[in-house]
Amino acid sequence: MAESASYVPEVKEVDRSKLKISDEIAIQIIGMHKWFGTFHVLKDINLTVNRGERIVVCGPSGSGKSTMIRCINRLEEHQQGQIIVDGIELTNDLKKIDEIRREVGMLFQHFNLFPHLTILQNCTLAPIWVRKMPKKEAEETAMHYLERVKIPEQAMKYPGQLSGGQQQRVAIARSLCMSPKIMLFDEPTSALDPEMIAEVLDVMVSLAEDGMTMIVVTHEMGFARKVANRVIFMDGGEIIEQNEPEEFFSNPKSERTKLFLSQILHH
Amino acid sequence: MDSSQAYVKTELTPDMPPPASTVGFIGWMRANLFSSWWNTLLTFIGLYIIYLVLPGLLDFTIFSAVWEGDSREACLGPEVGACWPFIEAKFGQIIYGRYPLEERYRVDIAYFVGLAGLAALVIPGVPYKKWIGLFMLVPYTVMTFYLLVGGVFGMPYVETALWGGLLVTLVVAISGIVASLPIGIVLALGRRSQMPIVRYFCVAFIEFWRGVPLITVLFMSSVLLPLFLPEDVSFDKLLRAVIGVALFASAYMAEVVRGGLQAIPRGQYEGAMALGLNYWKMMGLIVLPQALKMVIPGIVNTFIGLFKDTTLVLIIGLFDLLGIVQLNFTDSNWSTPVTSHTGYLFVAAIFWIFCFGMSRYSIYMENKLHTGHKR
Repeated sequence: MAESASYVPEVKEVDRSKLKISDEIAIQIIGMHKWFGTFHVLKDINLTVNRGERIVVCGPSGSGKSTMIRCINRLEEHQQGQIIVDGIELTNDLKKIDEIRREVGMLFQHFNLFPHLTILQNCTLAPIWVRKMPKKEAEETAMHYLERVKIPEQAMKYPGQLSGGQQQRVAIARSLCMSPKIMLFDEPTSALDPEMIAEVLDVMVSLAEDGMTMIVVTHEMGFARKVANRVIFMDGGEIIEQNEPEEFFSNPKSERTKLFLSQILHH
Repeated sequence: MDSSQAYVKTELTPDMPPPASTVGFIGWMRANLFSSWWNTLLTFIGLYIIYLVLPGLLDFTIFSAVWEGDSREACLGPEVGACWPFIEAKFGQIIYGRYPLEERYRVDIAYFVGLAGLAALVIPGVPYKKWIGLFMLVPYTVMTFYLLVGGVFGMPYVETALWGGLLVTLVVAISGIVASLPIGIVLALGRRSQMPIVRYFCVAFIEFWRGVPLITVLFMSSVLLPLFLPEDVSFDKLLRAVIGVALFASAYMAEVVRGGLQAIPRGQYEGAMALGLNYWKMMGLIVLPQALKMVIPGIVNTFIGLFKDTTLVLIIGLFDLLGIVQLNFTDSNWSTPVTSHTGYLFVAAIFWIFCFGMSRYSIYMENKLHTGHKR
């Protein structure tokens, strides 16, 4: 592929022995199907995620990987099967949906910051209005996380004044302010210039080191190799293959996986 | 690359001032008036039109105008300009209508408090804007209602048939403006609702009110409505006009707001939902602030249209600013060839000041709220 010659962001080394996975189940998807109209986008998805797992989901575009993680916080509705997040089953009950959304953070390809609010207001909005946190406390929390993603000095600016990488880091801080138990990443680096991808990946690595349960849809195979404990390959709305990263990359079983990997890896 | 093209810059070029022809007054004229032969032509045509209109207007309104006098005699004669004593003599009626003389202080209080509150809201840097806004919305409205209508605290009752002039114009316009924005927002949200009953109701409401001319609405409200109501139920004529105008403007407002809602990217909704905001918080905190900001020009356009449409209440026998001035043209004491010219010019000037004020304020708000890509 033409882009194979392009820049490959460095992902810093991770001490895997520090990454602990508990026996507790965070997310359970059982026999889930979804249709867009008559189009069957997700077919019989079964997935169990334990606390502390870092799962990378990859696959060609249109394979349903984004749709799958968007089902986990009900940005998309599934039509068959069960999704149980943090012990709560997703149904049409709006209260339960809001409850789950409070505990599940999500990062988007296009950041989805609120352009009419400052960086600080972006971060304090949900804690104040959803968690009923006092304003002062919310601001302190927000500054704490902005420092963590290394942009406290931008707190009073508006999203439009920041670079893409900075905006995505703000989005991470905004999510962290809700102290989520699980974080979903929907191609968080796809819209970024190459030199900004590394700064976002760094923050994601540090989240993994803190034991965050993460499901990451991405094409950053460096991140998958170093951070993930499981890689899932999807194609045509199905989970085709899943394995530990080492095995997955060195010894893919399915033909479709081999084809996909040969297209995106360049060695 | 040919090696002769290799190049290394060793010294930085210092900043230099721009050419004189691009800055200052000359630069402004070049850029704005004479940037091409076509624009130069337009500039001269514009100057010619000003030359044609302005001297006549100035002559009529100032140089040949009559400034003093107490009857039509003063304004008769050849080559006479505007008859300003007519406006002076009728000024009370223009401002208050036929509101009783000894009760006009009540209108003055309402005007004064309203103006002060509005100024405090509009002038940047005044503190407690939120509280002033709240005061204007609730206590001021109640106070104004009782002040103008009376019947309490020893203030005699003044029936609305006596109201007129600027008072009626402002009452209809401001009530319409204040009511139409929230109703319009609710209708716009309803029209985009997932719930079919809510959606169809809003669509039906909007399409009905947009589909009938305002004159018809006013006419129906004053002539037909009483036929449907029980005989002993009487509905104030001015109130009916206000409701008609407000609902009419709401339908337009709803479509303006809907335009803004549709321009908000899906990602904003998803970002808000992913943080756990429910529908009303998502709309109130994320979507509407952005949508309304985007459609400020459309909202103000509707306000200005509504303000001018208030002149149509003449059709149901209410005398607004224009109506009361027109009514006074028939006063034989002031019947001169220039009376109507003077009156219309005066009314036009007042309407223009209000509308231009709204327009300028909307431009100021747009700039103030613009956070998108300012660096």
